Amino acid sequence: MRKLWDFHGGIHPPENKRQSTSRPIRIAGIPKQLVIPLQQHIGAAARAVVEVGQQVKKGELIADAVGAVSVPVHASTSGTIVATEDRPVAHPSGLSDRCIVLEADGEDLWTELQPCPDYKQLSTAGLLAKVRNAGIAGMGGAGFPTEIKLHPPKNDKVNALILNGAECEPYITADDMLMRERADWIVKGLEIMAYLLEPEEVFIGIEDNKPEAIEALRQATQQTKIHLVVVPTKYPSGGEKQLIKILTGLEVPHGRIPADIGVMCQNVGTAAAVYRAVRHGEPLISRITTVTGQSVRSPGNFETRIGTPIEFLLQEAGYQAESAGRLILGGPMMGFSLSHENLPITKTTNCILAATAEEFPDPLPEQNCIRCGMCEAVCPAELLPQQLYWFARSEELEKAESYNLFDCIECGACAYVCPSSIPLVQYYRFAKNAIRLSQAEHQKSDKARERFEFRKLRLEREQEEKAAKRKARAEAAAKAQAERKQREASSDTAANTGRESDAASKQAAVAAAVERAKAKRQNPAKQNPKESGQENKPLEQQLQLPSTEELKANIEKAKAKLEKVRAALTDAENKGSPTVDKMRAAVTKNEERLAAAELALRKASDAAKHTNAPSASENAPSAAERQPQVEKVETAASALDSEALQANLQKAEDKLAMMQGMLTDAIQENDPKKVAKLERAVEKNRERVASARKALNAVTDPVAQQ
Amino acid sequence: MSIVLIAVGSLLALAAIFGAILGFASVYFKVEGNPLVDQIDALLPQTQCGQCGHPGCRPYAEGIAAGEDINKCPPGGESTIAALADLLGVEAKPLDAEHGESQGKRVAYIREDECIGCTKCIQACPVDAILGAAKQMHTVIVDECTGCDLCVEPCPVDCIDMVPLSVSIRDWGWERPSQKDMHLGQKLIVTDRMTDTSKDPDDQEAA
Repeated sequence: MRKLWDFHGGIHPPENKRQSTSRPIRIAGIPKQLVIPLQQHIGAAARAVVEVGQQVKKGELIADAVGAVSVPVHASTSGTIVATEDRPVAHPSGLSDRCIVLEADGEDLWTELQPCPDYKQLSTAGLLAKVRNAGIAGMGGAGFPTEIKLHPPKNDKVNALILNGAECEPYITADDMLMRERADWIVKGLEIMAYLLEPEEVFIGIEDNKPEAIEALRQATQQTKIHLVVVPTKYPSGGEKQLIKILTGLEVPHGRIPADIGVMCQNVGTAAAVYRAVRHGEPLISRITTVTGQSVRSPGNFETRIGTPIEFLLQEAGYQAESAGRLILGGPMMGFSLSHENLPITKTTNCILAATAEEFPDPLPEQNCIRCGMCEAVCPAELLPQQLYWFARSEELEKAESYNLFDCIECGACAYVCPSSIPLVQYYRFAKNAIRLSQAEHQKSDKARERFEFRKLRLEREQEEKAAKRKARAEAAAKAQAERKQREASSDTAANTGRESDAASKQAAVAAAVERAKAKRQNPAKQNPKESGQENKPLEQQLQLPSTEELKANIEKAKAKLEKVRAALTDAENKGSPTVDKMRAAVTKNEERLAAAELALRKASDAAKHTNAPSASENAPSAAERQPQVEKVETAASALDSEALQANLQKAEDKLAMMQGMLTDAIQENDPKKVAKLERAVEKNRERVASARKALNAVTDPVAQQ
Repeated sequence: MSIVLIAVGSLLALAAIFGAILGFASVYFKVEGNPLVDQIDALLPQTQCGQCGHPGCRPYAEGIAAGEDINKCPPGGESTIAALADLLGVEAKPLDAEHGESQGKRVAYIREDECIGCTKCIQACPVDAILGAAKQMHTVIVDECTGCDLCVEPCPVDCIDMVPLSVSIRDWGWERPSQKDMHLGQKLIVTDRMTDTSKDPDDQEAA
């Protein structure tokens, strides 16, 4: 007899296992339609590799693994892919996830498999590839990709390989029945695992409430080096860390995994799947699922295809929907309620519990904690559940974390014994999630800060570069001028002509400056009446003004430039320089530009007249009345309102003007696509102006009536 | 007499030594900037939205350190106000409505077939989360977008929407238990209500 250790706490809930162990494992039928989720494991979701309408054989790859921590998904039967879409999946959130929908053809034909009679002839890499390609993920419930856990450790030695047959949660008997009926598969699978990991010792840990399974395994392990260890029944001895403690006396440190202390733990179902994958080449397309509870007539275990709707499986077990109270996925301690039955079975679904209302009555209302300490006495992780509860309740997340909240395995023992029926695990899950969320948010805000600061730096740098360039250009110009002066001073003969040309260019520059100044003077002259006579003028005309003004300014500018170029040309002609031709070309170009600018101005003013005509007459009276009204009425609220609305109107009008300017630009550019887009935008903005004006009138009119 | 001189001398020497140490410390251990600003900045949501009236979160953090109100950050909401109140030892106030309301998490979305490629939104984005070039279609990098709204106003064709972020199955989390949930029996683990332990057929047979 081996020495066994004990873990702290634990409970002995009623087992309720006999209901589902009286019948042998039954093979569930093939439903018409299977819904196979792409994420049935921990890690990245698989990516679909089939198309809608494609025919697939049973065992064919339908979704491939993405990245290192992921597993592929296979067709559970032969048939046609009818959809790849989001379907509700068995998840506590009740949300949907990506699934492949497979319509069964009823023939259930296998794809070509690659059996391997002797796994010892395969290389380690070949064996691991077989496990990975078979899509095996931990079948005890967590669903961690098995292949990753079978990589032989490079530095550390595996001291112990533990096969977990301690199915401790009430009602569930899937592993129990598998061990009774298929002990040889399990043992052969365990041998393959041991071959890969080369551990010092190999254990199968099994609770003493499963005598038939113990007997079956004893016979299967007779000729092997596997130690079959029977452990006393106590919930949750099937927890990974708890079973390791029982069998080896070792404890997994905080924040570490069993591999760090040289222990590897696998589920019995996983071992059987590994055997089928290596020996027969079969991917994981079915599993043993317990269907139990008082709402099913013949509870028991079913070999179920992955993707089978829960409803279909319940019918196989004689589901009496009228007596059903609550439908639970998993066991009564760690499972969760499902909102409806049309959800698929996955690789980790070990139990469907259809309970009547008497079997699982509604929870008693949560009462105040009386600090009895019973939760602490049963906690298998040796935490302080009461303290964690207070911290989670008051959302003191940092404190909860410092009390090792993340070591909680959510076994539910504390909530089970709580005399105040406080949903303790619920609080822990909430706190864990809140901590995770705040960490993610913090990371995101750190990233945003970094990007914001980098952008600021970049803008500053650009500014500096621009300033440096400007400075360099100014310096170069100054230098050139100094050189020219020097040259002028040195040569007397060239001085006369030089002075003349200098004078001519200066004159031209002065003329251009005068022109520009005129244009500038004209603009404010135009803007001033706009400001003073704002209330009396139709609004559209006002908003049209900036664009026509701009265009006029453009014309002035073009004229000035033309003048300048012409002056330069005459100058050049006088001197007889070789650049005369070029200058002439420049003059004609500038003339063209001027003509284009004038054309644009005419067009714009035409358009302004068109758009103004109807709305101007509409709004003229209200606009004219507005000013005296506002002066008359001094209701603070309405004044504020109308002010805000006026600001809105102003904003909308500004935007409309901008759009119209862009539209004329686009028309000039001859870009029909852009013109169409902008026309739509102008329309939209015009509507917005109209609605803003309406809102404004609505406010000012009643005010006037008072 | 000599005792007095020794005492005065030794005190002067001590004063000189300590003065030197303090002078050294004030030069070599000088704290750059105000450490309180960093702490406040760490609590702000870093949307850089400017709704508080400052051009970014750090300027607002500097403002708070200088005595400004702590309730001007709508994206941070009540939780940020509570955290700031906790840090600064002042009373938490309700969010100042003048600066906008606290909305859920949102991200900008550009309707790409309406975008004219004007780059105005790119210049407005405080975290460089918009990708594009002149006369090319622009798009938002969802993971970098802080939902600040600043790109919506400059868009000449109004093709930017603020879309609320939906909860997917992967970032769903358990909520705080409430009496209502418990009554419905939803989203609760079953043990939480398994108080009647007398109905096990195994136990009855054993008895």
